[in-house]
Amino acid sequence: MKRSYLFLPGNQPTMLQNGAVLPADVLIFDLEDSVAPAEKDAARELVSSALRSIDYGRRGLAVRINDIEKPYIKKDLEAVVTAGARSVMVPKVNSARTLHHVAVMLDLIEEEYGIEKGRTKVIALIETALGIEMVFEAATSTPRVEALALGGEDLCADLGCPRTKEGTELFYSRSRLLLAARAAGVDAVDTPFTDARDEEGCYADTVYARGLGFDGKLSISPHHLRPIHRAFTPTEEAVAFALEVVDAMERAKREGRGAVSLRGKMIDLPVLRQAERTLELARASGMFTAEMEGAPE
Amino acid sequence: MNSKQMKRARAGTLESGDVLVTIEPADSLEIKLHSPVINQFGDAIMRSVREVIDSFGVTSGTISLEDQGALDCTIRARLATAIRRSFEDEEGA
Repeated sequence: MKRSYLFLPGNQPTMLQNGAVLPADVLIFDLEDSVAPAEKDAARELVSSALRSIDYGRRGLAVRINDIEKPYIKKDLEAVVTAGARSVMVPKVNSARTLHHVAVMLDLIEEEYGIEKGRTKVIALIETALGIEMVFEAATSTPRVEALALGGEDLCADLGCPRTKEGTELFYSRSRLLLAARAAGVDAVDTPFTDARDEEGCYADTVYARGLGFDGKLSISPHHLRPIHRAFTPTEEAVAFALEVVDAMERAKREGRGAVSLRGKMIDLPVLRQAERTLELARASGMFTAEMEGAPE
Repeated sequence: MNSKQMKRARAGTLESGDVLVTIEPADSLEIKLHSPVINQFGDAIMRSVREVIDSFGVTSGTISLEDQGALDCTIRARLATAIRRSFEDEEGA
């Protein structure tokens, strides 16, 4: 379960080191916006070295590469893929062609270095009006796409609207991206909350995104990891009900029925899917162990 | 790498957890290491430095490292960047 995606500036050694102890589900080593043009080579080398040397445990490891129009894009991809990055975040995705181009380069790199074909996944960062318009085509442009992520700051600059804490200006874009992600069968990752000191604001923003259906949220600050995880933690009541649903549906299945009554309500497959998602979030939140899950009532 | 003309190059910073590597052209190879942990890890750092230098085939130049408590992977990365820069036409990218 990937609830939190934390950006780490690619040219700051202490941040790359801290990534090994921060509770993010996914670490995104950034070679793009946080790195000055003259330091791109240094950041690439540092991120590659960190990926090869530091034990990041079970955290997902992704690298935000530079704009594919830049001349050093191949160097970026080669360095991070051979160092073990399992995902690359592609910024400013405006078309299916952008991701197709990246996929072809990944094909060549994986083949050249004897890496399993298709191992490296792609997170498409959608942060322009054109990107929003083309989001489903981008999501289905290559099987490597594992998630769509929203970049709200750049998008608002492109739209010409102020970026507010309430985020009403992003409602359509969030919804559009979420629909495309669901239709394409990939994860939807919400835009970061940009006030690093406002943990409650981040929590509220994440609750809102989760309510829309997002699977996770980008983060620009380690201080936001706790509120993001809290927002993705189901209530104890929700978990108890989800366990009852799963149990009831298993009984129904044994009895050859597609639906069953629980607490006076009809329970069927859509309810089961929601319950399974709740249990997945509960597991990710450490709310209960597999032993507890399997314990008889 | 030594077939190309070496020039002065730097990589890294003096921030905590980083190391500033400076390379100057010279007729022979000299390595200067300053580190707050030189008594505990000086030998290990020098081994890493020599491994990186050897991997690039560098046999001359004055290489100075101002260590600020960097991890081994940081030292290797900064040194590799400085060496690449010292043999490239322009810094960066």
